[in-house]
Amino acid sequence: MSEHEVTLTINGESVTRSVEARTLLVHFIREDLSLTGTHIGCDTTSCGACTVLLNGKPVKSCTVFAVQAEGAAVETIEGVAAGGELHPLQEGFWEKHGLQCGYCTPGMIMTAKHFLEKNPNPSEDEIRHGISGNLCRCTGYNKIVEAIQYASQKLQADAGGE
Amino acid sequence: MIPGAFDYHSPRSLEEALSLLQQHAGEAKILAGGQSLIPAMRFRLAMPSILIDINRLDDLRYVEERGDHLAIGAMTREHALEDSSVVCSAYPLLHDTALVIADPLVRNQATVGGNIAHADPANDHPATMLAYNATVVAKGPKGERTIAIDDFFTGLFENAMADDEILTEIRIPKPGANSGGAYTKLERKVGDYAISAAAVQLRLDGAKVAAARIGLTNVSAVPMRAKAAEAELVGKSISDSVLEAAGKAAAGECDPSPDLRGGVDYKRDMTRVMVKRSIQQAVVRAQGGK
Repeated sequence: MSEHEVTLTINGESVTRSVEARTLLVHFIREDLSLTGTHIGCDTTSCGACTVLLNGKPVKSCTVFAVQAEGAAVETIEGVAAGGELHPLQEGFWEKHGLQCGYCTPGMIMTAKHFLEKNPNPSEDEIRHGISGNLCRCTGYNKIVEAIQYASQKLQADAGGE
Repeated sequence: MIPGAFDYHSPRSLEEALSLLQQHAGEAKILAGGQSLIPAMRFRLAMPSILIDINRLDDLRYVEERGDHLAIGAMTREHALEDSSVVCSAYPLLHDTALVIADPLVRNQATVGGNIAHADPANDHPATMLAYNATVVAKGPKGERTIAIDDFFTGLFENAMADDEILTEIRIPKPGANSGGAYTKLERKVGDYAISAAAVQLRLDGAKVAAARIGLTNVSAVPMRAKAAEAELVGKSISDSVLEAAGKAAAGECDPSPDLRGGVDYKRDMTRVMVKRSIQQAVVRAQGGK
């Protein structure tokens, strides 16, 4: 059994911790860094509640070892509201009632954030395909899709306004 | 769920990875994208005592045409196939497949080499690579060798590589003129394994099928070709009765297991349907359609 020193950037801040090799990234984030916004849902690589951005790409943090993130930039839901101001996606989930219990929301937002960077003006089908790795058991997805559409419009308006 | 304890190595070169593998042959497992291995470790279905993580081997990430083939580095992430312009324009069977493997989040981490080396008949790439007549490149202490895909899958989760070899590349022959391919997958929901899926790659000579290869997903213990279905196509013009004969042949030669996705008869019949749909789509593409 090996213990490893891991240094990575979490929401822009550099952290170093010693971890067992078998520590999953999601446990590292929640337990070692006390950032509990990233959720554990299914624990079987199905639900996407644990989605974080690893070097900018959304991955299921229950299916990556913490030690693999050595040197990486990790972004979690805690890093999304820059300067304490809601990100357009967070605002969209608020305005469009994109959540009920809220358990899947952090994962949905991390996935959608990367998705909108890649595809700023998506069709509804493209949004549904984009979030197909994130399960929501409350909403039936319609409100989530509307929340992402809201954010897409707001982000584009903001970009056009500069 | 927490995996069993293991020793972790993160080599910075293929040579270092091979030397670690040789040192720990039989005990060590290669960690590629980890999207099958890590869940198996969490369930303690897999308890390797040593993991050799090859995610730092950036040299093994490429998708490009070289000479007579498309070369795919083993550590290419699945999402890179979705986004690749050469895959999108010239390898529609591969592009179809890349879009339906697991889900978008898994595809950001999962690798092409891992998908194939895992030799899981439920994975999507084996059928596709069988249909393409791909070649697998493996490197070991004695150097590099190529393995024809027909010889690669030797059992459930078993492949033809030795314990001290690493899969480094997959080569897909460039499809010639009048070729087309398609992958059709029936799944209960995004992210699930196929109930059944069919990969077809064929070449037309006028109205007749000059060559065809068909791979099937998740309807046998070992990834398989539907050779009887292929035989129903070659030398014939596509008609409803030829399509039906090929579909029925595939339904007859596959060997599905009953599970929560359905019983044997259902899976055989869905195999018939998937094979027919993939052939139809492959023919359209061979004729220049989308």
